[in-house]
Amino acid sequence: MNRLQRLEKSLIPQNQYDAFAVGDTVRVHVKVLEGGKERIQVFAGVVIARSGEAARESFTVRKVSYNIGVERTFPMHSPKIDKVELVRRGHVRRAKLYYLRDLRGKAARISEKDMRGKVAAAAVAEAVAAVAAAETVAPESAPEAEPQG
Amino acid sequence: MSGLIGSKLGMTQVFDEEGRMVPVTVIETGPCVVTQKKVTERDGYAATQIGFQASKEKHLSKAQRGHLKAAGKLVRVLKEFRGEWDVNVGDAVGAGLFEVGQKVDVTGTSKGKGFAGTIKRHGFSSGPRSHGSMNVRAPGSIGQCAWPSRVFKNKRLPGHLGNVTRTVLGLKVVQVLPEENLLFVKGAVPGPVGAVITIRPSVKG
Repeated sequence: MNRLQRLEKSLIPQNQYDAFAVGDTVRVHVKVLEGGKERIQVFAGVVIARSGEAARESFTVRKVSYNIGVERTFPMHSPKIDKVELVRRGHVRRAKLYYLRDLRGKAARISEKDMRGKVAAAAVAEAVAAVAAAETVAPESAPEAEPQG
Repeated sequence: MSGLIGSKLGMTQVFDEEGRMVPVTVIETGPCVVTQKKVTERDGYAATQIGFQASKEKHLSKAQRGHLKAAGKLVRVLKEFRGEWDVNVGDAVGAGLFEVGQKVDVTGTSKGKGFAGTIKRHGFSSGPRSHGSMNVRAPGSIGQCAWPSRVFKNKRLPGHLGNVTRTVLGLKVVQVLPEENLLFVKGAVPGPVGAVITIRPSVKG
């Protein structure tokens, strides 16, 4: 690891967004400035890609809105993201789900990840709580998110 | 005039207070040590020479070691900044010299590209690649015939590209970490990662 990589790591809160992965359904709470007032806007959909690393990481969320596919790419550590809420874990075999762009309706579904055996369903709820906690309290005091698996 | 010598660590991104992403180059700017003060009476002009990057005794000649004696530190790189600067020989200077929001000029040696054609070197457009075209990356006509019977000077032609000293003017300082001697400037600076560069307050203010 070179000096820049160490620096980038120190610039971002540790394990802030380890709680979601590609294939998961999330609700991204985005801060929007409207008429001088700030409010929260939610962008809900499936995470189809995570790219870059450390401070440069971004993720892409896809949803279908009124039959039109909408994708939005967020910088992972943007201060404009209030929180990322994990709705459902998906079982996928790709790191990038670009094939979803060519699918419609039932074909574009992602099956839920089987979390039995590894971590109970409660752990998912805990992960959701961890993400929420990581947002509200200081990052270092946030509880450990459950391991990826 | 003050300035610093630094080493390019690479680029990354930070967010400003409005949440906008800012591309930044991270520069390690020290510790630099003042190695010599030149004064008008003795040297004919005023300047401050500073050194950067620690060196071992065995890598320096006796003359170099003698020159660095007053500074008390062995350094690999020496650079001079013209004009008055209120520092003394032996002083350590670092990233704290600059403040957030200040504009700086960064000088470095650009990446060498070797012998390059006109498309890469001068931004000429390329010809059609199909339909029987034989002129894909060729420069085209380089002049007329009977008059002037020669190619004008400074005609843009293929040749060596890069590996020349370049200065980028007016880069904004985004962040300063004085204790780590790191400087974040907005945008790109010449040269590869690890290149030795000099940073001065911008001539454009």
